[in-house]
Amino acid sequence: MAKVSTERDLRLDLFRGLALWLIFLDHIPSNAVSWITIRNYGFSDATEIFVFISGYTAAFVYGRAMDEHGFVVSGARVLKRAWQIYVAHVFLFAIYLAEIAYVAHHFDNPLYTEEMGVSSFLNNPDVTIVQALLLKFKPANMDVLPLYIVLLAWFPPVLWLLRRAPSTALIASATFYALTWWFEWNIPAYPKGTWVFNPFAWQMLFVFGAWCALGGAQRLSRWINSPVVITLAAFYLAFAFGIAMTWYFPRLAVFVPKFVSDTIYPIDKTNLDVLRILHFVSLAIITVWFVPRDWAALKSPVFWPLIVCGQHSLETFCLGVFLSFAGHFVFTEVSDRLPMQIAVSVAGIVIMVAAAALVSWYKKMERRGPRPPAATPSYAGGGA
Amino acid sequence: MTRLGWLGAILLLLPGAALAGPPQECLVAQHQVERTFPLPHVEQAIAAKKLAILVIGSGSSILPGRGGAGDAYPARLQQALTELLPGVTVAVTTDVKPHRTAVEAVTVLKSALAAAKPNLVVWQTGTVDAIQAVDPDAFSDALAQGIALGRAAGADVVLVNAQYSPRTESMIALTTYGEDMRWVALQHEVPLFNRFDIMRVWAELGTFDFTDASNKIEMAKRVHNCIGWLLADLITAKPPSNEGGR
Repeated sequence: MAKVSTERDLRLDLFRGLALWLIFLDHIPSNAVSWITIRNYGFSDATEIFVFISGYTAAFVYGRAMDEHGFVVSGARVLKRAWQIYVAHVFLFAIYLAEIAYVAHHFDNPLYTEEMGVSSFLNNPDVTIVQALLLKFKPANMDVLPLYIVLLAWFPPVLWLLRRAPSTALIASATFYALTWWFEWNIPAYPKGTWVFNPFAWQMLFVFGAWCALGGAQRLSRWINSPVVITLAAFYLAFAFGIAMTWYFPRLAVFVPKFVSDTIYPIDKTNLDVLRILHFVSLAIITVWFVPRDWAALKSPVFWPLIVCGQHSLETFCLGVFLSFAGHFVFTEVSDRLPMQIAVSVAGIVIMVAAAALVSWYKKMERRGPRPPAATPSYAGGGA
Repeated sequence: MTRLGWLGAILLLLPGAALAGPPQECLVAQHQVERTFPLPHVEQAIAAKKLAILVIGSGSSILPGRGGAGDAYPARLQQALTELLPGVTVAVTTDVKPHRTAVEAVTVLKSALAAAKPNLVVWQTGTVDAIQAVDPDAFSDALAQGIALGRAAGADVVLVNAQYSPRTESMIALTTYGEDMRWVALQHEVPLFNRFDIMRVWAELGTFDFTDASNKIEMAKRVHNCIGWLLADLITAKPPSNEGGR
């Protein structure tokens, strides 16, 4: 049986917190501050970090629960978590409905007759709302939580196998990923197309994260600390950076040999392109090299705001999506000048940190309260 | 409004503006217009003094109202090219239909090409596809197919991406489709007229206020005029000299 280390790795919370901040910044359209986010400098973005770390922490939390309480109890807890995420998603959908109904009623600019077609689903809410509850209709930027729900819903058997035979589970996951590419499997969406984040492909990163948590990371440590691998990772990041620059300066594109662009494009986010996985893994290798597990600064107050957000990821994520709606609303209604963009970005992050701190305080209280110790693990919610 | 009336409006807005030439307000975004690839059929047609252009697109290639077609960017493009290319007969025809996806555009492209016999196809797409969230692979395939059809009919192709629309930005996920257009354009070596980034520059510099919610046609007309002129810029520009290397 795989050995589970017992001490929580604060780097996970730190980088998940960072991913949540970046997702918030990226989700405010036309936000100049999002220039700092990693998606502009390479192939992968905050979604990869979020999914990988979520897999890692899910295995860490529920793996230990499986040790103590067995398959049925821990499996039931995973499903409860998936249900909470579903409820959160429906809540966000309600906010989206309110926003789009407002725009449809107040916006009548003849330049944008075409764009206003986006509100046409308000004409038959009976169909759309049911499709949204079935997770088939997903408005813009609301694709991560449905992915997360599906990943968690089938996580109990995956976790069981990961603990019995980790290598087999990882190979099975990779095979499923390859078959998904080969046969172009995906879940249908409404009204057209398929899921923006294909769960059949993205499951691999989630399972890989879980595999790392259950001893895989230790097995890999000899590899990821080797100078050769670190150099290769650095070169790959530099290559991705160079390619990313041609997206913003089209004139540079002529310096990319045709065979390179023919090979790499399109870089498929829906199906988690191999180039994106490699980019994420390279980033992770370099990061782990720079930030050791026992780095003293992890406990310093400087990183506390990130860590506290990472420890309450579901609450912070949902609040972030809501705040990005609200921030965009401020841009269109009040001002979208640069100082306002910076103010909205900073204010959003401050609110996310404050809310995460509040959740943290609540959970501490609940554990102390008259009720018996909460069933959830101590780094609460952390969860997955 | 008639064309003369429109020119009058420019003169009122911009005292001292010359009668010919692009309205000054557009030029702040001129650096966004990059002729990344050559347009050999267009160059030949200009040399032969007769240039035919087909604009195929959806709802944002037209303006509502009775004078909508005359004020929309295809008609402004014809006007601009006529001024920029003295002695060349320029004819712009349109095949525009609201709510048309790229896949649907490809199905009508062949007959449209046969009817118009253009030297250049200007293909505006991406918005409807994003609203309907069509399969991005199907979208890319349709773009590639359309480019191949255009070339087979002896025409160059220029792609035009979605408009920048701040109010609906958080509701329409344009990114994937915009990136697909950029990649397909690069792969098939056709210029992309980056309408999105151009309008973004205007928004950032305060040239136009795209968040204006009121039903005023005046700004829409000025925007389309500017797009027509910048598109003419791209069509008549010299491609970068290091292009021959590719």
